[in-house]
Amino acid sequence: MASLAASPTHASAASTSEQTGLWSWLTTVDHKRIGMLYLYTALFYLLVGGLEALVLRTQLAKPNMGLISAETYNQVFTMHGTTMIFLVVMPLSAAFFNYLIPLQIGARDVAFPRLNAFSYWVYALGGLFITLPIFFGVAPNGGWFGYAPLSGPTYGGGFNMDFWVLGLQILGISSLAAAFNFITTIINLRAPGMTLMRMPMFTWMSFVVQFMVVLAFPVVTAALFFLQFDRFFGTHFYEVAAGGDPLLWQHLFWVFGHPEVYILILPAFGLVSEVLPTHSRKPLFGYNVMAYSGIMIGFLGFGVWAHHMFAVGMGPVADSIFSVATMLIGIPTGVKIFNWIATMYGGSLRFPVSMKFAIGLVAMFTIGGISGVMHASPPSDLQQTDTYFVVAHFHYVLYGGAMLGIFAGLYHYFPKITGRFMSERLGEWHFWLNFIGLNLTFFPMHFSGMLGMPRRIYTYDAGQGWDLFNLMSTSGTYMLLIAGLIFAYNFFTSRRNGALASNDPWGAPTLEWSIPSPPPEYNFAQIPEVTSRYPMWDLKAPDRMAGIKHTHADAAVIAEAHAVPVHEETERRTAQELGIPMPFPTIKPFMVALGIVILFSGLIVMHAGNFPLAMATMLGGAAFMVGSLYAWLTSPLE
Amino acid sequence: MSNDRAHADHTHEHPTWKQYKWVALWLFVITVIEVWAYYIPSFVASKAFVPALLIMSAVKFTVVVMFYMHLKYDHQIFRRLFGGPLLIAGATVVAFLFLFGKL
Amino acid sequence: MSTAATAGAHEAHEHTHYTTTGLHHRKIAMWAFIGSECMLFGSLITTYLVYKGRSVAGPFPHEAWTSPDGKAFPAILDIPVTSASTFVLLMSSLFMVLALAAVENKGKPGYEGRLGSSKFWLAATAAAGATFLGFQAFEFTSFVHHGLTIKTNLFGSSFFTLTGFHGAHVAVGVLWLMTMLFIDIKRGLGPKDALNVDIMALYWHFVDVVWIAIFTLVYLIK
Repeated sequence: MASLAASPTHASAASTSEQTGLWSWLTTVDHKRIGMLYLYTALFYLLVGGLEALVLRTQLAKPNMGLISAETYNQVFTMHGTTMIFLVVMPLSAAFFNYLIPLQIGARDVAFPRLNAFSYWVYALGGLFITLPIFFGVAPNGGWFGYAPLSGPTYGGGFNMDFWVLGLQILGISSLAAAFNFITTIINLRAPGMTLMRMPMFTWMSFVVQFMVVLAFPVVTAALFFLQFDRFFGTHFYEVAAGGDPLLWQHLFWVFGHPEVYILILPAFGLVSEVLPTHSRKPLFGYNVMAYSGIMIGFLGFGVWAHHMFAVGMGPVADSIFSVATMLIGIPTGVKIFNWIATMYGGSLRFPVSMKFAIGLVAMFTIGGISGVMHASPPSDLQQTDTYFVVAHFHYVLYGGAMLGIFAGLYHYFPKITGRFMSERLGEWHFWLNFIGLNLTFFPMHFSGMLGMPRRIYTYDAGQGWDLFNLMSTSGTYMLLIAGLIFAYNFFTSRRNGALASNDPWGAPTLEWSIPSPPPEYNFAQIPEVTSRYPMWDLKAPDRMAGIKHTHADAAVIAEAHAVPVHEETERRTAQELGIPMPFPTIKPFMVALGIVILFSGLIVMHAGNFPLAMATMLGGAAFMVGSLYAWLTSPLE
Repeated sequence: MSNDRAHADHTHEHPTWKQYKWVALWLFVITVIEVWAYYIPSFVASKAFVPALLIMSAVKFTVVVMFYMHLKYDHQIFRRLFGGPLLIAGATVVAFLFLFGKL
Repeated sequence: MSTAATAGAHEAHEHTHYTTTGLHHRKIAMWAFIGSECMLFGSLITTYLVYKGRSVAGPFPHEAWTSPDGKAFPAILDIPVTSASTFVLLMSSLFMVLALAAVENKGKPGYEGRLGSSKFWLAATAAAGATFLGFQAFEFTSFVHHGLTIKTNLFGSSFFTLTGFHGAHVAVGVLWLMTMLFIDIKRGLGPKDALNVDIMALYWHFVDVVWIAIFTLVYLIK
């Protein structure tokens, strides 16, 4: 791809002249830098979660291994799930939301830049809160789903699940704040002419995801409050002896948990929907249907939660309803798969690494999707539930789906973010090792699961027919580790030494490619006026635009927004020189986030039995939070 | 987007003191009826009690949302931002009551 | 940022704040937040309803109860008191819309007297909110005296959690109202502050409609 590199860009000179050092990162409110913070933090946790997986798989490599104890195993598998979902895949998606949404809709920042910084800092500090305990042997040990009453005070004494309950509350604040921010951004900061049905597909899928966050997280917040009150204040929500029902936890958790699955996968779907048309050099097939099926997935996603619970015996009526709803949701998902294939069909395809990862998602997600439809049938699910078959299923959709999609996005957008290409040669190694490694790890789990191997066991006896499949899974995990190391090396060396990239190195169709790489702090020197779905192809490849509708925005709107037709932007001056007002950097969002984490930490102290210190910590944290919040709200944005 | 903007211009046709007063009166009257109904044992025992109270409560809810929160007069986007989640919340509540044998 | 840049920024302020819909960011975000709160209170109310009648021991909301050791407990809920506090909260919503109207129409004909005094209506709203909280504090204490705490049984757990969350929302609202009142006293609120008051009003009315639901579902339906 080096041949695509054009004139040197202004690299990082202009955008970071007075923005270096720790303080600038603590106080930044620039959506692009916050996106970078999300990216680096999430990649760090990917390493943590990956190493946890490695420990688990090493323990399971052979029958009766003694690498770790059952208790440690519980902690490690709980943290592997929790880390990968809340600290890796969601934040990696958030990194793309932050970086891409404003660029794709032609905006200079998100609607609430400081709230955006707040979201990141709550995530970063909450991540530490939930991760650090593993170094002291008190990490959460009740599974990422925290089933009550195992996670309650009776069976889950000790600090372990305290960190989980409180950590998830903290992380929920981050996701919710970000969701309100992005909903407002997408509704209200689209450039003139950027109608909803012209938004890039990644922005569309992100839009759906934000609504799912807004609706799903409050439910788990309520469920977690009940659990928290049970643990700290002696309530009886999940206590059977008092008439409480553990199924209430399961229902509330999965009302959140199932939409959460789509929260994890839809951003990856969006990224792939950007990569495939670009490298097929053909508009996305069935754009409208793609958008509607995303909405459909989001909507149906709230009506299928109990398929996680067929084994608890809800009765034939509930089982049938949730079974049918689950099968229904396969339709919009299948539509997406066929539309991606149809996008490639008849296109003039290129196969850079990003494209390989994107096609990898289409293939791997299909496997995971099909085993998902198998679980939708209660009789079949009763055989599979709590076995490795289910582990195989959700790793195909989460690793084979979400992670491959995110890797596709990383290779695709790396030139935009850094102004340099990642090495395609190392990328090939990364892709193929990943592809073989993931199938070697997860495919045999279908077999060990069908042979009856239960999930969450820390070891097993020989002679049950599981040995070979487990050994295969473990070797695959090591292959994924090697792939990951190659990726890390590629990522960090390419950032400094990769071939230089132009504005639009891939010949992509959307607005983010019209501005310099990396983008200046203000993104767009002039707000673009959009007349079609693929503005950059209007400029460069009009032949592909035959069937795409064009209209101009209202003249009054264009005048009000000071918009200009889409063009390739070469502006290098700073915001100050151009007179574009930029939000001030501020430490206050960080302080509010810190206050929240201190407030929650007080409960841990309370559990430790030091009531006065606990009250002091909580009141101190609350006062610090409220004080910082007032300071934040009374200081001007720009 | 020209449609959107045309709508936006209408957002300030808020109701006046007169309407606000009527709304408050309605809220008061319905609440009185609700509490009154609570003290009629024969009505409480009848099948109509729960539906009647739910309807009265829903009317109060709607009146506050439509008039005091101006949803009747404001941009349709607000109606969707509120109505969508309310619908899903309502459906979830009903589903839970069914799953726990309360319906 | 230097002071020169700041000055420039303020001049440029006018034309750079284009929005797609012509609506304010904060109002959109507030409605999205309220949508989210529907799910939070939906979950809390559902839990209360699902657990209704499942407590293995009293006291209960609507019936008297005698414990195995012969101690008598009255029915817990006090409808007259709660009806009064409900009335106060409903009226606070009226005061709130009048406060918003006063801020929006400051100085316009018809808004010269009491009707145009945003300070009066803000203070009235805050006072009504504080009164509601006072009623709730009284209610909670009397329940505790009657032998019901958050630890007693499922009813206690789910009741105090649900109404406590609502009360916490009211408390935040009162704090917000008092902050706004403080600003009004300090520099006077006018039409340019209407958005801020409007957003606060949305929050306040939402807390009110949640109470409308709770009052019927928890207190009145047996």
